[in-house]
Amino acid sequence: MAKPSRIASSNEITASSTRELLNQDLAKKVRTAYTRIEERGMAACLFGSQGTCCKNCNMGPCQIIDGVESMVGICGATADTVAARNFARIVAAGTSAHTDHAREMVRGFIATAKGETPHEIKDVAKLHKMAKLFGIATEGRDKNEIALELGQRALAEFGQQDNTPLTMLKRAPQKQQKIWKEKGVEPRGVDREVVEMMHRTHMGVDQEYHNIMRQATRCSLADGWGASMLSTELTDIMFGTPVPKRATIDLGVLREDMVNVTVHGHEPLLAESLCLAAEDEEMLALAKKAGAKGINLAGVCCTGNEILMRRGIPVAGSFIQQEMVLATGAVEAMVVDVQCVMQSVAQVVKDKHTDIITTNYRAMMPDAVHIQFDEHDSYASAKKILTHAIANFKKRGAYYIPKDKKFDVVVGFSHETINYMLGGRFRQSYRPLNDNIINGRIRGVAAIVGCEHYKHADNVHEIIAKALIKNNVLVLATGCAAQALGRVGLMRPEAATEFAGDSLREVCETVGMPPVLHVGSCVDNSRLLIALTEMVHEGGLGNDIAELPAVGTAPVWMSEKAVAIGQYFVASGAHVIFQNLPISGAKKFSEYILKGLKEEYGACWGVAQEPLDIAKAMIAAIEEKREALGINKKKERVLMDMAMRREIEAGKGIGGMGCGGGKH
Amino acid sequence: MSKIICSAAIRGAHKIVDMAEAAYEEALKKFGPEHEVSFPNTAYYLPIIYSMLGAKVQKLGDMKDIFTECRTLLPAIVSDNIWLPYLAPALDAGMATYFAEEMYEAIRYLNAPNFYTKTEDPMPENLWLGAADDVIFRKRGVEFVDGTAPGFAAIVGSPEDKVVASKIAIELQEKNLYIFMHDHSNGKNMAELLVENGVQVGWNTRLVPFGKSYTSVVFAIGFACRVALAFGGVKPGDYRANLIYNKNRTFAFVMAFGPVSDEWYANAAGAINWGFPTISDYDIPQVLPTGICTYEHVVSNVPHDEIVQKAIEVRGLKVSVNKIDIPMSFGPAFEGERIRKDDLYMECGGGRTTGVEVLISKEMDEVEDGKIILEGPDISDIQQGQNLPIAILVEVAGREMQSDFEPILERQFHHLINYVQGIMHIGQRNIMWIRIGKGAVEKGFSFKHIGKVLHGKLHQEFGAILDKVQVKIYTVQDKVEEVMNLAKQVYTERDLRLGSMTDETEEVFYSCTLCQSFAPSHVCVITPERIGMCGAYNWLDGKASFQINPTGPNQPIPKGECTDPDNGYFSGINEFVNQASRGAVTEVSCYSLMNNPMTACGCFEAIAAMLPQCNGIMVVNRDYMGMTPSGMKFTTLAGMAGGGMQTPGFMGVSKHFMTSKKLFKAEGGLKRMVWMPKMMKEEISDKLKAACADIGMPELYDMIATEEQGTSEAEILAFMKEKGHPALEMEAAMG
Repeated sequence: MAKPSRIASSNEITASSTRELLNQDLAKKVRTAYTRIEERGMAACLFGSQGTCCKNCNMGPCQIIDGVESMVGICGATADTVAARNFARIVAAGTSAHTDHAREMVRGFIATAKGETPHEIKDVAKLHKMAKLFGIATEGRDKNEIALELGQRALAEFGQQDNTPLTMLKRAPQKQQKIWKEKGVEPRGVDREVVEMMHRTHMGVDQEYHNIMRQATRCSLADGWGASMLSTELTDIMFGTPVPKRATIDLGVLREDMVNVTVHGHEPLLAESLCLAAEDEEMLALAKKAGAKGINLAGVCCTGNEILMRRGIPVAGSFIQQEMVLATGAVEAMVVDVQCVMQSVAQVVKDKHTDIITTNYRAMMPDAVHIQFDEHDSYASAKKILTHAIANFKKRGAYYIPKDKKFDVVVGFSHETINYMLGGRFRQSYRPLNDNIINGRIRGVAAIVGCEHYKHADNVHEIIAKALIKNNVLVLATGCAAQALGRVGLMRPEAATEFAGDSLREVCETVGMPPVLHVGSCVDNSRLLIALTEMVHEGGLGNDIAELPAVGTAPVWMSEKAVAIGQYFVASGAHVIFQNLPISGAKKFSEYILKGLKEEYGACWGVAQEPLDIAKAMIAAIEEKREALGINKKKERVLMDMAMRREIEAGKGIGGMGCGGGKH
Repeated sequence: MSKIICSAAIRGAHKIVDMAEAAYEEALKKFGPEHEVSFPNTAYYLPIIYSMLGAKVQKLGDMKDIFTECRTLLPAIVSDNIWLPYLAPALDAGMATYFAEEMYEAIRYLNAPNFYTKTEDPMPENLWLGAADDVIFRKRGVEFVDGTAPGFAAIVGSPEDKVVASKIAIELQEKNLYIFMHDHSNGKNMAELLVENGVQVGWNTRLVPFGKSYTSVVFAIGFACRVALAFGGVKPGDYRANLIYNKNRTFAFVMAFGPVSDEWYANAAGAINWGFPTISDYDIPQVLPTGICTYEHVVSNVPHDEIVQKAIEVRGLKVSVNKIDIPMSFGPAFEGERIRKDDLYMECGGGRTTGVEVLISKEMDEVEDGKIILEGPDISDIQQGQNLPIAILVEVAGREMQSDFEPILERQFHHLINYVQGIMHIGQRNIMWIRIGKGAVEKGFSFKHIGKVLHGKLHQEFGAILDKVQVKIYTVQDKVEEVMNLAKQVYTERDLRLGSMTDETEEVFYSCTLCQSFAPSHVCVITPERIGMCGAYNWLDGKASFQINPTGPNQPIPKGECTDPDNGYFSGINEFVNQASRGAVTEVSCYSLMNNPMTACGCFEAIAAMLPQCNGIMVVNRDYMGMTPSGMKFTTLAGMAGGGMQTPGFMGVSKHFMTSKKLFKAEGGLKRMVWMPKMMKEEISDKLKAACADIGMPELYDMIATEEQGTSEAEILAFMKEKGHPALEMEAAMG
């Protein structure tokens, strides 16, 4: 067992907004997750946390102890088999969440193409790019017609039954594709991989942990390069690809004089409709009539990220703040859809005027109001929800908003934004990023993604990020991790001067960017896959993602989605470090996950508990890649004479960047 | 930090676009939307806009769309805090700046047609030349192509002091760069300071006064854009290829003197798109991280005595300067310098006195390397205005030396002697002429320095074929006569040998890819009877060059079997071209204009074009700016013949080829020739008359029309009928 960690055992609250709020009398009455941890009085089950509790059949549940012959499962399953099956089921559950989310987005996309929603096809350039990838003709066709075909093709990928690999896999570096083919892990239909994963982990099917992990890998790739990527790209086409925007984050974004409606969950279809409806004259008149100055939409969790990235709508709180947002007493309604919504929210508001409005038939809870969101009549649904919230405004009782507790952030760093911001419209490329990694100004790239929870202090992300940027590692963040970093001011451009090492600071100041870039919601980790691929294509940093000085972490992971994400990153060649994984009870399987995978995919998982240790491990991983690439050696400036210029290969442009496109 | 720069650049861009748009609105009222606008004599419209957007601005009204584009590109002003990324917007703003400035300058040509001289050299009353027309551009572009000029320094503003300005200019010249000058600092502009200090400015000395306002920077950037279009085969509108081409191949940078205004920042930001960094002597922020330029983007606070060195280092340019130990400056930048009457100290040859130069090879033991003798008076022995006869006899020896190489080495004298600042060399052989300027004499010129130059440079450039060089210079009449007699004998033998060399007698032809740094897709084939279309490289040059550098740009091509003697198809040539063009060109005829004509990079001396009505062929040289019977000017024709494509009926040719026996052999030879500009006809008249006589038609010479007879096919046809031109009787050239 690893030694107990100071941070790991402490769930200290450092966020000043949360602290200030919890010191208010009205908040003290609220039972939060922190209270429940204290009151539970029971430690987490050791078998569960080490991955060796098997309850896949009714002969058990069986607690397995590795190496103790009498403590295998009743069926004979070993610790490695059980841990692998459990791990694989986590991946399958995570993938299924992204998949269902993605499917809804694709269905919304199709409805939009048919003109059945208040939305429209916004990013035509991306539409054409995706159409090309899917082999769909664009010449002389109406955007909605192309979109409809694209949407139908995308939808077909979920249920695809033949053995054709998913289309998006083609976007990966050649070498990665080759590895997947050789290992037989190219995903086919998205749903099929989840189903097969569930089947293979059913009692008495796949009992060889390498083989189980092959399917877990295939399943995770169906998430990253399949469902998640489809969702990101089609959502971008429909709602616009994010561009840099200013916004604010933290509890202070709630407004005293407005109807506060927070949107919590994951799917932006509903949130986008609410954004449109919140500007509707009728709704505004209604709000005025209720005595409010207007409607203040604010995000929570990843729905927050979606509308933050695309519209600059403020974020009131991240996952661990969902109860705090409500504890303010200033929220008229919290509109929720799917994933990461704690059942406690309906209890927090029990003696308040606030309503929890569930909107998705999949996700209901006791004591909530259900208003079904109809994607074919989404504007009416949105207005109905807002009308409900406005009606609550007059009922608002005692409330407290920590008004000065909010930070400015600059967000919107999609792969396209990064590409553009490094060279402008005419010279956009990843060249400056690669160049400055090669020359060492930027040591490498780190992704801080994933969730938060209550077992650790709320500053784990901050500690890691600050250590990384101090050491000149550029940080890309998604999900609730991104909100945690925004909340401490690391997503302001000024943070480069305040916190980054000299050479990273210099690059940030050249571009005008923060040292920590907000890339999107958790489904948008697919953007990171594309960014990494572009770095490979740009050249000078090896031939596949595994050679890049890049590393990821989801330190305070909570959701199963984080493990699916981690696995597709590993399978794509990116090293990933988590704070803990439920595998430690199975020795050989652990070793395979923490080392063996590297031989197959060029990357594996790592575990480190203390945030600073995580940062150190990440920096070490980056430096190791730099050494291997040979870019740590000091290079003399190359001066070119005529002969050298002749050697520049004729007409060699920069691949994959629309080079030689010829049209403006 | 770069926020200050980007903020200023964006502000500057807004001001410039506003200014240009105001000028446009006014011009629109004055001239109307249908009024033609252009830079003088160019086929590239407004070249930056044409290169980047593919848009042809031909009429005033065409500018409307471009201004809309500028407004789309112009970003919001950078905020003081919580700013959004500003680098990309600043680069876009820089691009909008150039579009706006190009239109602004084009409108200036409308409003004030004589604002710029439109010449190669300044006029007495006006220093500012304005945009390079296509004649200048093609002539100078060739130097970018063959490497004599690696790039240019776009100078904005000026050092305060004329001596400092001259010193920086000369340092840049010594690096073989072109120096494009724009705007002023505190009322002083560099070109005027140079003139004040007695420095010769103009295209010939590479010190080019483009314009006295910052908006003229577009002439420099437009020049770079045209290099990519004309020589790089980059298509208009393919902005990315154009920008990357320039980043990789044109070693240009901006050098700014004095305080930097928002407008200058906007121009500097624009230049970064091309990979051209800015080096400033002023205390402004720096932008050191790399990526868009090869190395740093903005380097500042550089002292004047380090600024040239710093600039070439930042741009990543290696200049191989092989120092010749003489007191005068030396290098290609001084080649075009003239010694005018007022500057003249004395002269030799050129009809004033007897003058001759000759190079012969000898046995190894007959040559003492490095020996330079002068017999007769030196400069220090004479008075100003006292002319002397001169003979320059260079004797070389080497294990790889062949007598065939003698004329090649001898031909170098002209440019090598011209490389000396303050000396001007004209002509060759026994019609050579040297003018010595007062400036050179002041610095201590001696005739022996000519010997030093020839010895040093011949070793450097031809070290692979010669081991020893000695130079004998005579300035007394009897010795000069002696060398003259020897030389005449050598010339006669040489001419005989060259004249007897034909495509049939030699088994090996040579490829030439000298231009490949600039024209990646084109390969020239040089045969004994068809010299390279640039006019600079003949078959012997190819042979010598291969000897000197076996992996260099000239490679032997075994011609193989001749499958068609009229078209000039050779199995070996086709095989080679097919491979070298990666299958783009599978067949090349050596003697035909209509069937698979040879491709061209863009640096041809002249263009041949079929005139269908006349059933004949016209040829136009690049210095001729007027209309031709094909209905197109040279610049337009160049677009059809260049770019590495085969366009039957259009082909780049050298002037020398006009008198080759293989000229248009497939189409019936010289008898097809119906038109050429008068200037060209006069230039090659002796040889052309001889060639006409050779085919038994001495009267043909007078049947070849020039612009005096007309510049339309109808006019030429009438003239041909009147004269009874043989082409009229020949079979139709166009099947």
